[in-house]
Amino acid sequence: MAFLDFLKKKHSQKERTRDRGFLVFENTSEVIRAENVLRSEGWDVKVKGPPPEIRTGCDLVIEFPLIEELNVRRVLEKARVAPLKVVPVQSSLLEPVNLFQTKDFGEYLMIRAANMKLTVEKKTMTIVNVSGGGCPDVPFLAQEMVAKPLSDAPAPKSIGHTLCGYALQLAYEEMIHRCLPS
Amino acid sequence: MLAVVGTVPHEDFPLVAGEVLMKEETLILEGRRIPISRGTPALLAATISAGEVLGNSAPFAYLVGDIGTGKGSRRLYDHLTKHLPKMTFEVITFHYLQPDVDWHNRVLFALGEMEPKPVLIADAGFMYAAKMSGQAGAYDLFTPDVGELAFLADEQAPHPFYTRGFILHEENRVQELIERAYEHDNAAHCLLVKGKQDYIAARQGVLATVDEPLVETLEPVGGTGDTVTGIVSALVASRISVEEAALLASRVNRLAGLYADPTPATQVIEIIKHIPRAMTEILRERKTKIESKNAR
Repeated sequence: MAFLDFLKKKHSQKERTRDRGFLVFENTSEVIRAENVLRSEGWDVKVKGPPPEIRTGCDLVIEFPLIEELNVRRVLEKARVAPLKVVPVQSSLLEPVNLFQTKDFGEYLMIRAANMKLTVEKKTMTIVNVSGGGCPDVPFLAQEMVAKPLSDAPAPKSIGHTLCGYALQLAYEEMIHRCLPS
Repeated sequence: MLAVVGTVPHEDFPLVAGEVLMKEETLILEGRRIPISRGTPALLAATISAGEVLGNSAPFAYLVGDIGTGKGSRRLYDHLTKHLPKMTFEVITFHYLQPDVDWHNRVLFALGEMEPKPVLIADAGFMYAAKMSGQAGAYDLFTPDVGELAFLADEQAPHPFYTRGFILHEENRVQELIERAYEHDNAAHCLLVKGKQDYIAARQGVLATVDEPLVETLEPVGGTGDTVTGIVSALVASRISVEEAALLASRVNRLAGLYADPTPATQVIEIIKHIPRAMTEILRERKTKIESKNAR
């Protein structure tokens, strides 16, 4: 069938690793510890040699499902084996979006980071909407955060799991920086 | 029949498949009640609301609980690979699923075994996986917002979070981003780009734009992208071409948004309530246009 031939032809190794990321660590013993932690939590991870542009002296990295970066980071931080950095396998020079867009609606303020938007009512500092994104923790994050004061709502990094959750965390931090200065 | 594949934000929600009904502000699937909030439940509610005006039968849904760990999505992917080849659907819409290239490709193989091949619509996480897999061309319609369009246009980006700065989404560069997405084979046959101005596009270029009514306060409302995908799914299921359905869906969604008179704090259910009225008006207008064209 032509439809399937199209799929087979294009299903290359490069495409199979497009949704993977590399976790980069200080040294090999951290790589081994992190691998054990992630495997014991059920993740499908592989230890590999890093591409030249991200070699830091350590000659191993861990390949993991990049979409789940937020969850992976949280688990590794809890185990005190946080990575030095995380990069996409597809292109290790790619960096997370770090630009914020702010839109003032008078009584409401919206901040966008990458594909995620967070909106609060200025008077009450209550989160009124979460929009954007496509990973399945987005509806969950909206459910847990909307209608709660910004100061009491759970941080996306504490309950989110994916890159969309990570982007929402950045919007959340920027909103706190602007609206709840310490 | 239309099938919708997606997730609900409850970890313990089991994998359920069946026809979905809507009673007041709740979806009912196999005896389970699902509140209508943003995400796939909002898409389904919009599909049902639009479908009632169109005379469609109830949509079939494959739903599973997933709060972002991907466990539910992977169970659903596995289920789809086994069951889709035995099913007959005219349209399948894929929505909030954990993006996973390997599982996406297995599902695409299963879709290839379906006879006749259904019209394929993808949004949200499944659209991300379709792009990452290099198989965007197997789909009939993607419904990205402008930020997601930038991700489709960036052949390197594995997720919108990693879209390169020089490609970053700007409303005034939509046409350029559409061209770039097609240049790298990262777009479906048709695109419905949701933004301040909506674009309906294909490989040959922009087919139509919709910028009225413009309701600025809809931008922060979570779920307005889900509703437009739900509406276009219902229109395609009623045998309207993908391109025309995209144009009509954009207009219906905007009109429903206008009727809801939203603030940035409005929840998506308030917009869904106005879809039947908006759909009725847009279909009446379409009918008048067709009749006057035939009379000439």
